[in-house]
Amino acid sequence: MNLKKGNYSLLVKGGRLIDPAAKIDATMDVLLRDGLVAEIAPPGKTRGTAHEKFDARGLIVAPGFIDLHVHLREPGQGYKETIATGTAAAAAGGFTSVCCMPNTQPVVDSPEWVTWLQQPERGAVVNVFPIAAATHASKGAVLTDFRALQRAGAVGVTDDGKPILNDGVMRETLRLSSEINLPVIQHAEDTRMTDRCSMNDGPTAFRLGLRGMKAAAEASIVERDVQLAQQFTGARLHVAHLSTADALKAVRRGKRSKSQVTCEVTPHHFALTDADVGEYDTNFKMNPPLRSDSDREALLVALADGTVDAIATDHAPHAPHEKIIEFERAAFGITGLETALGLAIIHLHRGHKIPLSRIVELFTAGPARVFSLRGRGTLIRGSHGDVTIFDPQKRWTFDAAKSHSRSHNTPFGGAQLTGKVVATIVGGRVVYRAD
Amino acid sequence: MNKAARGSLLGIEHLGAQDILGLLKLARRMNPLKPRPLLRGKRVLLLFYEASTRTRSSFEIAAKALGAMTTLVLSSGSSIEKGESLLDTGYTLRAVGADVIVIRHPQAGAAALMARYLEIPVINAGDGMHEHPSQALLDAYTIVRSKKTLKGLQVAIVGDIYHSRVARSAIHLLSKFGARITLCGPAEFLPETATSLASGLHITRTVEDAVHSADVIMTLRVQKERLAGTKISVQDYVSRYQMTMARLKLAKKDAMLMHPGPIIRGLELTWEVADCPQSAIVEEVRNGVPVRMAILAKALGRAR
Ligand SMILES: [Zn+2]
Repeated sequence: MNLKKGNYSLLVKGGRLIDPAAKIDATMDVLLRDGLVAEIAPPGKTRGTAHEKFDARGLIVAPGFIDLHVHLREPGQGYKETIATGTAAAAAGGFTSVCCMPNTQPVVDSPEWVTWLQQPERGAVVNVFPIAAATHASKGAVLTDFRALQRAGAVGVTDDGKPILNDGVMRETLRLSSEINLPVIQHAEDTRMTDRCSMNDGPTAFRLGLRGMKAAAEASIVERDVQLAQQFTGARLHVAHLSTADALKAVRRGKRSKSQVTCEVTPHHFALTDADVGEYDTNFKMNPPLRSDSDREALLVALADGTVDAIATDHAPHAPHEKIIEFERAAFGITGLETALGLAIIHLHRGHKIPLSRIVELFTAGPARVFSLRGRGTLIRGSHGDVTIFDPQKRWTFDAAKSHSRSHNTPFGGAQLTGKVVATIVGGRVVYRAD
Repeated sequence: MNKAARGSLLGIEHLGAQDILGLLKLARRMNPLKPRPLLRGKRVLLLFYEASTRTRSSFEIAAKALGAMTTLVLSSGSSIEKGESLLDTGYTLRAVGADVIVIRHPQAGAAALMARYLEIPVINAGDGMHEHPSQALLDAYTIVRSKKTLKGLQVAIVGDIYHSRVARSAIHLLSKFGARITLCGPAEFLPETATSLASGLHITRTVEDAVHSADVIMTLRVQKERLAGTKISVQDYVSRYQMTMARLKLAKKDAMLMHPGPIIRGLELTWEVADCPQSAIVEEVRNGVPVRMAILAKALGRAR
């Protein structure tokens, strides 16, 4: 069928619709038309007709997953990933929207680059929401033009990878962003405490003779930021890839106050600990690093109790020459888009009895709320036709060599996962289908 | 992850007690003054990314005593300076005919990385703060020659344990044989996590307690630059942790005083202690050769 974009409809039939934002968990048909959700109704009860049908019986139908933290590496680092390959990996992982980080070459610190990222020539197969740099070239000194960046489509500002350490600069960032309701995303790391560190401080770092990052280096920045955020009504602080129990305490304090403090947790931080670094396996090297078992336990509690707003992958592709080198010299970061759901179902649902609806919330309504992505993260009528269809029982083995990403730096190559994406629908059209 | 090439010696941690005993036994049959051509025709590549006197010359003499050819490659004045990666250097050395690579590198895990990607054995001659297995083996050899056994010995390790690959290897080795180990140093050089390295480790901040009735005292080098990064002054360190004759007297009468070198007289130990009859420092260096002969012979499957 060759139909024009504006005139296409797809009926997703017979699946179990889990839409936490709409408080729906029931067998429903979902009719997508002209890129939007046209109708949700009990099986066979939709009124409209559809060009195509997707049989979702036995499967979960969820709003399209949103990843708040990915590195698509363009502009400038296409050897690691491109927007085309990164979004193909996103689609394979069930993500219909990804928010991309500005630590590229050059840094995305101007409206022109924000616009460039969203142009059709980039070949994105899922929605791309740029996050712009908070300071020029992310040098932590001179603020960028938040209003212009927001107008160009930036959904937040950050100097990810390079935290904003200077108190005055962070205060100004929060003040100005609060005026335009723009989230500030902080990579919380006091780099004055983590010089030459390549993993978490603890027994494994000591055993391997590696300098360790202390949890306090993360927690102290989160604590400061939470305090600063309270000074400005409307300030929105989002803590990226939160990894320690102490930082969670600060976030909880922030949430009890009036300020808008949110946080995300990565699958690798709830699935692994620093002991997994083993014998210098650089596929277990990322920043923040894998933490202690008690930190991991605290994250699991916070994922269950609502303290954590979103699961974000921090998908960070790197080429072999940046990873197959001495551990201390190797780049921080791992890929994560294709394994996120499987890890969430194994560790959160099976391992810790977190209900599927809460897991779906962490992938959908939660992240949509964090960055105010309107009409996303839910499938109520009129929303964007972004849908993730998955089989929560399906057992499979992740083959890193077959990844859609340009890079294969994952600790989960060969991992047995449960829960697999069957189809990913963006704007009412199937962009990925498992074979 | 790939497995390490056969014959490699990357650290003490993952060696079994039998492997260690086998190496020590083999070392006893090695005599640098009576060369045995076990490695005739073999090429031993000594790849040194850090300055070294003892370890380098000791491996070189050991290799020659076994009839091997040796080639020394230093990071300065080679392609390494031009930015060649560790693995590419390794591939090059294998291609020119290396049968075994002995590597000293400032980064932890460097030897392990090489061993995972080369098919020839790699011997770790010290990797960052991680391990220095040949040093631990020669220390064990030295102790056993004088004390007959390691089991039940009371060992004090004093100094900058955090930055020390010698300490990590020694702790792994001695604890595998039931030595009772006390670690001593300021918190900056000896974090509490150090006790997680092996079972039964104790920490004390008081050197008198550490050496009290010890059979073996291992003093570690202290670098002034590292002290500079802490709140401890050189004078503080000397007054609290320096090995003096008075402190040595608190140990058993026949206690051995060891030090992996290079020593800095007047800092971690006094002039008198370094040269006293109980000092095994020179013997350690001497024993390095037969122990490294054993390591090389074993690595190349010529252990006889
Ligand atoms: Zn980050």
